[in-house]
Amino acid sequence: MTEIFGIILIEGLIYGIMALGVFISFRILDFPDLTVDGSFPLGAAVMAACLLAGIPFIPAFMLTFAAGSLAGVATALFHNKLKIPGLLAGILTMTILYSINLRIQKFSPNISFLRVETLFDKIHSIMKGMMGSTWSVLILLVLVTFVIKTLLDLFFHTDMGLTLGAMGDNEQMVIAQGVNPHIMKMIGIGVSNGLVALSGAFAAQYQGQADVNLGRGVVIMGLASVMIGEFLIRSNRISLLTLRVLLGSVAFRGIMFLARNLTFLSLRPSDLQLIYGLSIVLLLLLTGRKQKKNKRSV
Amino acid sequence: MLELKNLGKVFNEGTVNENRAINNINIKVEQGEFITIIGSNGAGKSTLFNLISGSYGPSEGTVFLRGDDVTNQPEHIRARHIGRIYQNTMLGTASNMTLEDNMMICSRKGFKGLKISLNRSRREFFREKLKELDMGLENRLKDNVGLFSGGQRQALTLLMMVLSEPDLVLLDEHTAALDPKNADLVLGLTVKFIKDFNLTSMMITHNMDHAIKYGSRLLMMDRGEVILDVKGEEKKNLTIPELVERFHIIRKRDFANDEALLSD
Repeated sequence: MTEIFGIILIEGLIYGIMALGVFISFRILDFPDLTVDGSFPLGAAVMAACLLAGIPFIPAFMLTFAAGSLAGVATALFHNKLKIPGLLAGILTMTILYSINLRIQKFSPNISFLRVETLFDKIHSIMKGMMGSTWSVLILLVLVTFVIKTLLDLFFHTDMGLTLGAMGDNEQMVIAQGVNPHIMKMIGIGVSNGLVALSGAFAAQYQGQADVNLGRGVVIMGLASVMIGEFLIRSNRISLLTLRVLLGSVAFRGIMFLARNLTFLSLRPSDLQLIYGLSIVLLLLLTGRKQKKNKRSV
Repeated sequence: MLELKNLGKVFNEGTVNENRAINNINIKVEQGEFITIIGSNGAGKSTLFNLISGSYGPSEGTVFLRGDDVTNQPEHIRARHIGRIYQNTMLGTASNMTLEDNMMICSRKGFKGLKISLNRSRREFFREKLKELDMGLENRLKDNVGLFSGGQRQALTLLMMVLSEPDLVLLDEHTAALDPKNADLVLGLTVKFIKDFNLTSMMITHNMDHAIKYGSRLLMMDRGEVILDVKGEEKKNLTIPELVERFHIIRKRDFANDEALLSD
């Protein structure tokens, strides 16, 4: 039973990193960025390529982050230079990434990690005898998400981070301060997708494979996590805002676990996308009732 | 400081909706001048400000700021020298952020780096400056600006604008959305700041009384043109009936019919 909680926490934290990215684009920048569905499997693909090539973990994760950031920067460029809506810019990058991901995976839609040592295998072998694999993986992920969260909190306290925070709120004010809003969007969407790619790299290693279809519905999962988090804590402090995203992600995993195990519903794995979608509808209905006056919905 | 040469702006050029908003405007604004601008709705006052600040480019003519041709300079570059306040009190601040965050963002113009500048001494500085507004805001540094009243927000916007030391101030009916009491308060602060910091400013107002009472120079606009430009002694001796009369002589139209221009 406690094992199940461990797994829910692990998945919650892995996808929580992605949810932090979604939080930056959807909430802080008010930019509905769908690149996420492409940059998540991009992270998995880059990580797979790095592992197969024998690149050590730290540079591999840095490469993953960089690849995701590039995808985000591409979306921001499409939006800024071609003057297309953010939604379309994201879909454009997402579509392009499908082919790119396949190329990175050498045209195989699925790469198994059976023959390589993933970060989780490594941790498990180091901690062997002291604790079970679930717990060693969980401790590692708590550390990783804590570091990422703290770095993000610090970033949003810098002058640049504060200005980024004003982007979604009042772009005109950012322009009035002599700051180029295009560059701000590039930085924000870049960091956001870098985090999403990191999350994809962790998810792939946890599942033991990189799959080009790994990204389907990810942005919806992230958004659901962000919205659940908003139910849990109300605050205007960035450290609590990032914390509630992670908590929301864990809660979302928990709810999904319950949904899967309600046997009378006889749900199949293929029903997951349906549940993700419906959970957003439900959350929107709930938040809509809670704050009728607030005009921003998603 | 600012010079506009043969400035013109046509909206929807070449369509049935073609509309000439600004027609051949030539003005030279000197350092330290405080200009009030009046004119009926649609006279082109806000369009003129948009052309000066670079919100959109002119159809013809040139804009010089501090001697440089800035006609094709993007808005955010020009903004480093311009402080602009709008009628809409929401436009000057980020309402979902705290007062101190807002003040930090507006502290210095230009690109923002990865430095954490918001520290104790900065907060103390903000508190001191907020005390000058006399609105009790100095005790609300951690509150979201969205919780403040329109008057408080506009006063804050004004203060932040002054602290960023702009070369040119554009006030676009910045008191028109406030109740009379707050409007007086914000206008009082505006005049005080402009005087204390010797700011070069242009203020659009619907109130002829204010246009005459404040500032060193008065522009009257109509249908995209500056039809009256008075300064010095001549401006000091202006009266509302005289202004109305001069409009009538120039435009051969009745000014009084233009209800938007009636002062309260």
